[in-house]
Amino acid sequence: MALLEVRDLTVRFDTGEGTVHAVNGVSYDLEAGETLGVVGESGSGKSVHVLAMLGLIPKPPGRIAGGSVRFDGRELLTLSERELRKLRGREIGIIFQDPMTSLNPVLTVGTQITEALVTHGLMSRRQALERAVALLDLVGIPEPRKRVTQYPHQFSGGMRQRAMIAIGIACEPKLLIADEPTTALDVTVQGQVLDLMRDLKKKLGMAMIWITHDMGVVAGIADTVQVMYGGRVQERGPVRAVFNDTRSAYTWGLLRSLPDHEMPIAAEGERVAVVATERQRLYQIPGQPPDLFQPPVGDPFAPRNPFATKRCLTEVPPLVQAPGAVPGHLVAAWYDLRAQREKAA
Amino acid sequence: MNAIAPKPILAVEGLTRHFDTAHNLWGRPTHTVKAVDGISFTVAPGETLGLVGESGSGKSTTGRLVLRLEKPTAGRIVFEGEDITGLKTHQLIKVRKKLQVVFQDPYSSLNPRMRVGESVGEPLRVHGVVRGGAEQRDRVAELFRRVGLDPRFMDRFPHQFSGGQRQRIGIARAIALGPKLIVADEPITALDVSIQAQIINLFLDLQEEMGMAYLFIAHDLGMVRYLCHRVAVMLRGRIVEMGPTAEVFANPTHPYTRALISAAPIPDPDREAARRRLPYEPSPPPPEAELREVSAGHFALV
Repeated sequence: MALLEVRDLTVRFDTGEGTVHAVNGVSYDLEAGETLGVVGESGSGKSVHVLAMLGLIPKPPGRIAGGSVRFDGRELLTLSERELRKLRGREIGIIFQDPMTSLNPVLTVGTQITEALVTHGLMSRRQALERAVALLDLVGIPEPRKRVTQYPHQFSGGMRQRAMIAIGIACEPKLLIADEPTTALDVTVQGQVLDLMRDLKKKLGMAMIWITHDMGVVAGIADTVQVMYGGRVQERGPVRAVFNDTRSAYTWGLLRSLPDHEMPIAAEGERVAVVATERQRLYQIPGQPPDLFQPPVGDPFAPRNPFATKRCLTEVPPLVQAPGAVPGHLVAAWYDLRAQREKAA
Repeated sequence: MNAIAPKPILAVEGLTRHFDTAHNLWGRPTHTVKAVDGISFTVAPGETLGLVGESGSGKSTTGRLVLRLEKPTAGRIVFEGEDITGLKTHQLIKVRKKLQVVFQDPYSSLNPRMRVGESVGEPLRVHGVVRGGAEQRDRVAELFRRVGLDPRFMDRFPHQFSGGQRQRIGIARAIALGPKLIVADEPITALDVSIQAQIINLFLDLQEEMGMAYLFIAHDLGMVRYLCHRVAVMLRGRIVEMGPTAEVFANPTHPYTRALISAAPIPDPDREAARRRLPYEPSPPPPEAELREVSAGHFALV
């Protein structure tokens, strides 16, 4: 039994302008200790599907239209708000993108770390405070004994994100969910936080779902990558397989649209003062993201996919083992990207 | 410096912006934030200079100072050979024609109640390039086509567009008067990955067609490396390194530049697994440090 079993999760938002088909049948397993990187753009369903399983989408307008989510053997979708609250923070830790809006400005950082520990009855306030100091130390905040009594505004952006991580891991959850946790950070601070998370994962042995749009971050932190588009999983597999043996046209387009990090270096001492005429353009995925009010009947990426077949436009492809790929490397595609690319080349 | 280098379109000398954040009883400043602390650089016609650094490094303030949206504490801004540092608002009008801006979030920079065609055409009318009516619509339609938007969308409102389309509208407005320099402040940061490539390509296409220069402020090193001819790295209000992009990325000299480049995530699991980040606790560069040329056109603070 996997730690988390998501089956056919479907989420809708009923708005005045119509129904948003935000998540359209997402299924996957997450093993204990595994780090899953969920990649996708706005509207892909990468954040919403996780918020929905934790009972964190506003209802209405949101509603879970179908599916099942089992965590450690328990069905989450039928739990009451009280039971969910018991679960969140204790067994499932959560870190959000913007620590400025998700930290309470009028409570000390220490109080916010100890809140879950005390609320869940794990320890006394005094013990919890000692634990908070240890946690701040663990996430690399200097002078933790002084810092624990301070307020969020007295922390820099990177320090606030570290404090958020301390809150997220305070109860040593089995699963930590991180939604774009480094997006708002500077490059150097982001690097430190990524190193810290890799370290903590090893020390605490928890599973992680890391939601991001940054392919570079995923390459560095995930064991497994799941690429989402139009509320569906397009591709999923071990991180090396997805990056090096890409099978979904969407993943392939995303990776190709990034600037080449192996760019040839110009001759030293070159002094450029004119327009570079021979500079190549970045690969562009043509078209626009799908309209979630009226999702396409077939593969949501088909209208933008140069490899799409007729069937892609009329029928949703199932997520299945990719032919000739490593076990567990799944793709939802009627077309064969590898064969198509070989033919094109 | 190259002998045949053309006259710069923009030259910034000793640019400084200090904010007094606390005062004593007599109104004297007791605490000063040196947002921009005596920086100098030039941008050649048709050139893209990238300005990178962490938040609070002063890169955005530098952009605002160049645009004269903020008043410098000291230093000079020379645009097309003319000192624009002390120009009054009404004198700046003719400069604005040639010096334009693209912001990070085009949604907050477009009037939500104005049809986007009007927003794009406004600078044309204000500067008397067109008289309005059919003439203006024709010009706006042409600008729409140029930035890859369907001219039929002219009569819609900003909220009816996606982020990428809104950025195209912002760019159409910026190029309406045929500027010589565009200050682009994090223009792709808020966009989805697949849309970022579209906007970067548009910047490249427009530069090729119109020959304008860009001051490109960003924190995405991959994009800066791709788009910019030269790059300047800022730290605590100072430029710590500046030079041809390929040269700076190949031979970063200042420890901060080295830390920055070593920290940028690479979309390649094998290289990520092998990476070692260079630790660096940024501290304000010592005041006596100076930019020295380490190779042709490549300067670093020592």
